Amino acid sequence: MKTLSDSWRWLTDAAHWSGENGVWHRLTEHLVLTAVCLLLSCLIALPIALVLGHLGRGGALAVNLSNVGRAVPTFAVLVLLLLTPLGRYGEGPTVVALVLFAVPPLLTNAYVGMRGVDRGVVRAARGMGMTGSQMVGRVEVPLAMPMILTGVRIAAVQLVATATIAALAGGGGLGRIITAGFNLASTPQVVAGALLVAVLALLVEGAFALLERAMPDRSKGGSE
Amino acid sequence: MTGPPDDCLARNEWICGEYLTTRRHILLDAVVQHLELTAVSVAVALAIAVPLAVVARRWSWASGPVLVVTTVLYTIPSLAMFSLLLPVYGLSATLVAAGLVLYSLTLLVRNILAGLRAVPEETRQAARGMGYGPVRLLLTVELPLAVPSAMAGLRIATVSAVSLVTVGAIVGYGGLGNLIYAGMNTYFKAQVLTASVLCVIIAVAADLLLLLVQRLLTPWTRATGS
Repeated sequence: MKTLSDSWRWLTDAAHWSGENGVWHRLTEHLVLTAVCLLLSCLIALPIALVLGHLGRGGALAVNLSNVGRAVPTFAVLVLLLLTPLGRYGEGPTVVALVLFAVPPLLTNAYVGMRGVDRGVVRAARGMGMTGSQMVGRVEVPLAMPMILTGVRIAAVQLVATATIAALAGGGGLGRIITAGFNLASTPQVVAGALLVAVLALLVEGAFALLERAMPDRSKGGSE
Repeated sequence: MTGPPDDCLARNEWICGEYLTTRRHILLDAVVQHLELTAVSVAVALAIAVPLAVVARRWSWASGPVLVVTTVLYTIPSLAMFSLLLPVYGLSATLVAAGLVLYSLTLLVRNILAGLRAVPEETRQAARGMGYGPVRLLLTVELPLAVPSAMAGLRIATVSAVSLVTVGAIVGYGGLGNLIYAGMNTYFKAQVLTASVLCVIIAVAADLLLLLVQRLLTPWTRATGS
């Protein structure tokens, strides 16, 4: 319990919150990194998933990609990229590695969501003379939205968590507080940093849970 | 053979046969540590997950808390998880194993519970009608029928554990992750690539092995073509 009170003292010391290595700076780095990577991965994964889901092709690709993603250690990819010429561009390797790991859950969930749309509804939309893009925009995407959002949530939480590992490879973010603590052999700082990251991950998870609850629930026949 | 050697190690190439032959023992040690950490943590997680899932299935009030706690544990980033457990276990292999156990729990409990819940009510009633008690029903009917779902969870948990072990390098017990970490600091390309590739090979091999075990455990699923 002594460690916890020491960590609390570390966290409540204003000196640890300001400056280049302070909590505020690291937290901002972490959030910017996560947000940029989430945006990039959505821009890459969602259009592909929506098109594949609409056409009903490439399902094996979407699912297998997800499984392969799980087998490859983030840390290994990060270090590999760091040693390539890409490593000279500051956060470049981190962004590429994080995007690579956020794409599979986005792709899989959006694809499964699109395929899960009631075929009868799709046929009805086609019978009404809707074009392909109208069907995607007005019928399939709205109905697949819960699954797509679940994918975004998984990707976001995974990004917050994985961005921590960037610190092992010299990147920024909250993980730096933990690795710096290890180097200083300061257990209170390590635990304080870990608490900050864990709380951030849970906050992101909670924010998405609230967002999902606020969404209109069309799948249960709710009125619009 | 005078002067500096001009081999792939000296040129620091990504792929280097010289590295494989000269560092064979280091690589073997790292692989063994990697396998030990993965196997121990998944085994312990399985030993905890089965009773938890059975309890959550038997008493419905228990399922909410069990699922919430395991999900929250899964949300905590791996580096943070290892650091939070640091005061309890210190810098040790147990620390890494304990972190991996907590991660695997979510995947295992969820899948075993889903498997138990999918057992058809008629099947359970038939067994009860044949005079099966609750323990015999669980051991000979419900758990075997939950095996496919449980094995799916076990495969995901194992593959994830193999890749998460590498993060244990922060406390010096990361198996192949140690080599990646050391290779990063010394800019040793062959070591980083070799260790990374070995990680992926271990993950794929473990997945295939468990798939084989699953097929052997559930001969009845093959007849129906699934």
